[in-house]
Amino acid sequence: MQVENPAVPEFEPFLAPPAASRAVIRVANLRKTYGRTVAVDDVSFEVNDGEIFGLIGPNGAGKTTTMECVEGARKPDHGTVSVLGLHPFRDAYKLQDRIGVQLQEAQLQKRIKVWEAMDLWVSLYRRQREEGEHLLEQLGLGDKRNSWFMNLSGGQKQRLFIALALINDPEVVFLDELTTGLDPQARRAIWELVRGIRERGKTVFLTTHLMEEAERLCDRVAIIERGRIIDVDTPQRLVDRHCPERTVLLATGDPNAEGRLRAIAGIDEVARSGERFTMQGRGEDFVTQVIHCLSENRIRVTDFRTISPNLEDVFLKLTGHSIRD
Amino acid sequence: MLRGLWKLSWIELKVFLREPMGAIGTILVPVLIFVLIGRALGDRLSPPDLAHSGFIQTGFPVLASLFIAISAVLSLVTIIAIYREGGILKRLRATPLRPQAILTAHVIVKLLLTAATLVLMVLAGKRYYPVGIHAPLAGFTLALLVATWSIVSIGFLIASIIPTARFAQPVGAVLLYPLLGISGLFVAVASLPPALRAVARVSPFTYAASLLAGIWNGESWSAHIGDVAALVVIFAVFTALSAKVFRWE
Repeated sequence: MQVENPAVPEFEPFLAPPAASRAVIRVANLRKTYGRTVAVDDVSFEVNDGEIFGLIGPNGAGKTTTMECVEGARKPDHGTVSVLGLHPFRDAYKLQDRIGVQLQEAQLQKRIKVWEAMDLWVSLYRRQREEGEHLLEQLGLGDKRNSWFMNLSGGQKQRLFIALALINDPEVVFLDELTTGLDPQARRAIWELVRGIRERGKTVFLTTHLMEEAERLCDRVAIIERGRIIDVDTPQRLVDRHCPERTVLLATGDPNAEGRLRAIAGIDEVARSGERFTMQGRGEDFVTQVIHCLSENRIRVTDFRTISPNLEDVFLKLTGHSIRD
Repeated sequence: MLRGLWKLSWIELKVFLREPMGAIGTILVPVLIFVLIGRALGDRLSPPDLAHSGFIQTGFPVLASLFIAISAVLSLVTIIAIYREGGILKRLRATPLRPQAILTAHVIVKLLLTAATLVLMVLAGKRYYPVGIHAPLAGFTLALLVATWSIVSIGFLIASIIPTARFAQPVGAVLLYPLLGISGLFVAVASLPPALRAVARVSPFTYAASLLAGIWNGESWSAHIGDVAALVVIFAVFTALSAKVFRWE
């Protein structure tokens, strides 16, 4: 089912060249095994210039392995990877200057001070000390510059890692499970930062097992499960394609309501419990149809809610199990 | 070539000194033990007859110095294990830092601390040693650094094999202290049982003990060129071996 949604950020189809030529990351038929375990199996996708691309799936699905193969930290058994036209393994040192990396569950020395870490990174990437100080300020770590790494909160540590990943003004930024273990408030702050990275014209490639994060942050996502990519698209299109059904909940005392509601075109199911109705139908139009029916028949309602499926539902539909299992 | 080596070494030194237990353990404890034992042995350390140099005159300072070397290596093994477990090595590796630079920085820090501890120890214990012995401190320090540098290569091999940081100290101690025992300091290598003699021949402690004792007694470096060569070869072999099996994560 093809549904156009104005909320989906569309790339100007006439001005921009076809998506394939704007890809900064190309992965084709990637395969990686650890002993007998197949971690990544025939994975192919592309990440376009200037987008936030998310690789989403449950823990152990192969997200980190895929990302590490793209970064050049791991050597794939099979398949081709190119980042900014470079080979991540052969051109590892050349590539390092053009990408920024935040690793899952990485740490720094417990007693290293924030400014010392930044100072080290500044010298490693041959940047100016002022750039490092500026980044710390930008990421809200200015007053923490003399703190030891071990005394930072989870959110502050992640912000420091983002700052370090950005010190070389990279063209592509890799963020692996960036907000895992953070409280919702810190998570939202980090999302803002990631959007900020995109606004500076950078490409972001991230992994997450949080569907909400993918939905709110990513321009496009690839769903990965057991080492295989199941589908790639914008979150909205994935939802429209795989979960077109919409649910409307309402409460009314009108005795004629049930009959009228059941007559709505495209309705799949009406369940009633006292004055409360739960209705399911398909397509974007369905909710409008319900509202139309209510107003046409002057049905008074005391409650009205719609439930739209999200990526979580898409995942459930595609894999047969919840991402949290 | 080793971009960031000096900055990282400087940071690692500061980071190490910020942990009170580590700094006290590696610097103060050896110095204290040396002074206390020196006091206990006080009289015997300064006999009027300096013609012979037995265990107390030569063996004791050499033993104390090798203890410093071992504690430096054990500390290094622990740090590497902790860094690997915590993902610090992994994070550093994802920068233009070359892996060799990361390990070299740690070795530099350990050698610096070893030299500092030795100098402190000798200064603190000076009054127990009669001036007549006039051990060349600079040469002896250099000899200890060469020895430590060679023993570090075993440390890397241990760090490569142990699964977690918790095993670093005990495994290191179980491997290193017996090697010190058969180094010739206590019993001549020649009078060891054949199996132990074979181990002693490839152990850096044997050559380290010989080199340190010689330099302490004022012998020339050229007399110990064989010891230095053996230490270098052992370093090269063990480093190559640990490069094969070293795990970064």
